[in-house]
Amino acid sequence: MSAAMQLAERTRSFHGGVHPDDHKAATCALPIERMPFVERYLLPLAQHIGAPSRPVVKVGEDVQRGQTIAEPGGFVSVALHAPVTGRVTAIDLRLHPNGTMVPTIEIATDPYSSQRFARTDPVDPASLGRDEMLSRLQNGGLVGLGGAAFPSHVKLRVPEDRRVRVVVINGCECEPYLTCDHRLMLERPEAVLRGAQILAVQVGAEEICVGVESNKADAIVALRRVAAPGTTVVPLAVKYPQGAEKLLIDAIFERKVPTGGLPLDIGILVNSVGTSVALADLFDEGIPLTERVVTVTGPAVARPRNVLVPLGTPLRALLDHCGGLLPQATQVVLGGPMMGMAQKSLDVPVLKGTSGLLCLDRSAPAPAVELPCIRCGRCVEACPMLLNPARLAQLAKADRFEEMEERYHLTSCFECAACSFVCPSRIPLVQWIRVGKTMLRKRRSS
Amino acid sequence: MTPPERSREIRASTRRAADLVLTTAPFERASLTTPQIMREVLVAALLVLALSCWFFGLAALLIVGAAAAGAAGTEWVATRNGIGTSLGDYSALTTGVLLGLTLPPVLPLWMAFLGGVVAIGLGKLVWGGLGQNLFNPALVGRAFLQAAFPTALTTWANPRGLEGFFDLPPSLLALPLFRAEVDAVSAATPLGLAKFEHEITDLGALLVGNTAGSLGETSAALLAVCGLWLALRRIFDWRLPLAMLISVGALSGALFLANPASSPPPLFMLLSGGLLFAAVFMVTDPVTTPSTPGGAWIFGAGVGGLVVLIRLFGGLPEGVMYSILLMNALTPHVERHTQRRPFGGSR
Repeated sequence: MSAAMQLAERTRSFHGGVHPDDHKAATCALPIERMPFVERYLLPLAQHIGAPSRPVVKVGEDVQRGQTIAEPGGFVSVALHAPVTGRVTAIDLRLHPNGTMVPTIEIATDPYSSQRFARTDPVDPASLGRDEMLSRLQNGGLVGLGGAAFPSHVKLRVPEDRRVRVVVINGCECEPYLTCDHRLMLERPEAVLRGAQILAVQVGAEEICVGVESNKADAIVALRRVAAPGTTVVPLAVKYPQGAEKLLIDAIFERKVPTGGLPLDIGILVNSVGTSVALADLFDEGIPLTERVVTVTGPAVARPRNVLVPLGTPLRALLDHCGGLLPQATQVVLGGPMMGMAQKSLDVPVLKGTSGLLCLDRSAPAPAVELPCIRCGRCVEACPMLLNPARLAQLAKADRFEEMEERYHLTSCFECAACSFVCPSRIPLVQWIRVGKTMLRKRRSS
Repeated sequence: MTPPERSREIRASTRRAADLVLTTAPFERASLTTPQIMREVLVAALLVLALSCWFFGLAALLIVGAAAAGAAGTEWVATRNGIGTSLGDYSALTTGVLLGLTLPPVLPLWMAFLGGVVAIGLGKLVWGGLGQNLFNPALVGRAFLQAAFPTALTTWANPRGLEGFFDLPPSLLALPLFRAEVDAVSAATPLGLAKFEHEITDLGALLVGNTAGSLGETSAALLAVCGLWLALRRIFDWRLPLAMLISVGALSGALFLANPASSPPPLFMLLSGGLLFAAVFMVTDPVTTPSTPGGAWIFGAGVGGLVVLIRLFGGLPEGVMYSILLMNALTPHVERHTQRRPFGGSR
């Protein structure tokens, strides 16, 4: 039976969603390559959700690659490690990709170092107690690498009254342009499944499920080849945002996570492909999170590629490595084109949550003139959370933030931007919804 | 350019970041825009106009032209400023052409023009422009004309075919506020025949459109093709016309079975009058209909039900216009009560 026929068996999905061009052809066939070290690295202390890390090194101190340079600043916080052997040259406020100034450790690379890893001994996670295992995750700097950068040890701390039945690995990569997870599934399928297995043992789950969009048939074949019994690889329909946790679960199990709830509430734990690989490397190789795969692509970069990048690499250096930004470039975006963030400066670094670096040119749709809403309902059809984005935007413009939440379920929105994508009047719907969330938080806290 | 120069230029552009544009996500957009939606509807309406010219000659073109000029002119006068006007979104022009297609083929041109002015002025601009109006603007224009000039709006003519293409009915060129010479023999529409003479027009004639009636409501076959085309191109919400047609078919079918002597057959109800024209061009107006899927079903079904009631039990032979306007009034309420349950949750 051919791979295509196997895929035709079932490609499940969710209600709503959109079909953007995937733009993945430029990089999906390019093997991951390691980026050479550059002169200096910038490590913001806030690159995860939660409290910033606390530095444990001083300016002028020599650090070795893999050494802890900042410890967790609280329960919801993780450690940070030197991506390179060198010297700490500054700890001060620097521009963060989110547009704010954030305390940042700057490390100048030692050009004469062998760049050997300060690795700990590999350990079998099954032999560790729960708290020991979770503290290793926290001190290993592990966060979700799918984009949100939520600390893994917090996600894995399953309350006593909950039981996890299935561990789901998210291999959808539904954002256009991005191919880093696709390449990881192709090149390191064992590590993907090994990480899943570590998770399953830790939380006591009996089943592992990998959801992959069916446009990555080769990745599905690669994973199935190494899958152990009890592990299933599920092909899913190609539709954005298939990779959103709740929609992924809906597609695979036809079960819906309750509004405001977590997958844990129905016995499911979801992690991304990248996180799974990082987890395997942490325990089997003893290396903390100091590098990740980034897809550098788009019409305005000279040589698109998938690069294994040390965290803290400035975008400028990464672009130089990829042949440079072409003269027609108009926008540089961190992340995917649907949920990513445009950058003004190329001096900001690659973070733990950076999955892609998009270089767009004028051929990318410009911020077009906004027309009045004609109430066509395309946003309503597209919304995977079954909300009414046009109405939400209308209420946000009228300062009626409480009504947005009470009648129109504002907080169910996870900002996938499918509504803005389809709007024929080019209304920035998701942006108005963000405004609503922010203003509601402010009003409620004051 | 030699390779070293090329790479120097690229290096230089990587150094330069000052002109990078900051916008918020998403950075990808679907290609369909609002003016494009309006243009597609306009093209479909112009196809209907072309057939109308075949049946009613140059008069059809002039009446629709007058209504469109009234609509577009009003929009231009009211919205022009230093930058431009909102004519570029094609919505005013579309409203004008659609209004023109609902008018009788012997209507004085000045009335058609006035209808266009009222459609845009009273039907759209006073509400705040595109997207803000509660009632379908083209039908507001027509309702105004019907109230102001009831005789002219119910004076019909039989289609003449291509001979005499350039012959204009004298009433067409009547001066404003002067009594129009009515020398044209007023013909009866199929619905009028059914209501007052109990005579059911041949379905073949209804399909081709070779009957008396408003300019756009003639050929059922052409309207069906236009509707299917627009629905397949996802220009409008297919639920709206479908609900309307199902509702008319079901209700008139039930009445026909109960009392075949006094009720026209359902197929006649579906193919005659402005029903198909309204199903394709009027109930599909996104602005004045609910944007929720559930609301679309309710709206369409409501229009269909009212049409059957008015046609069979009301004083008028035709009731599509009032049915839609009545349901327009309910749109905000229907929409409010048909919000979907959010994913994984309760209301």
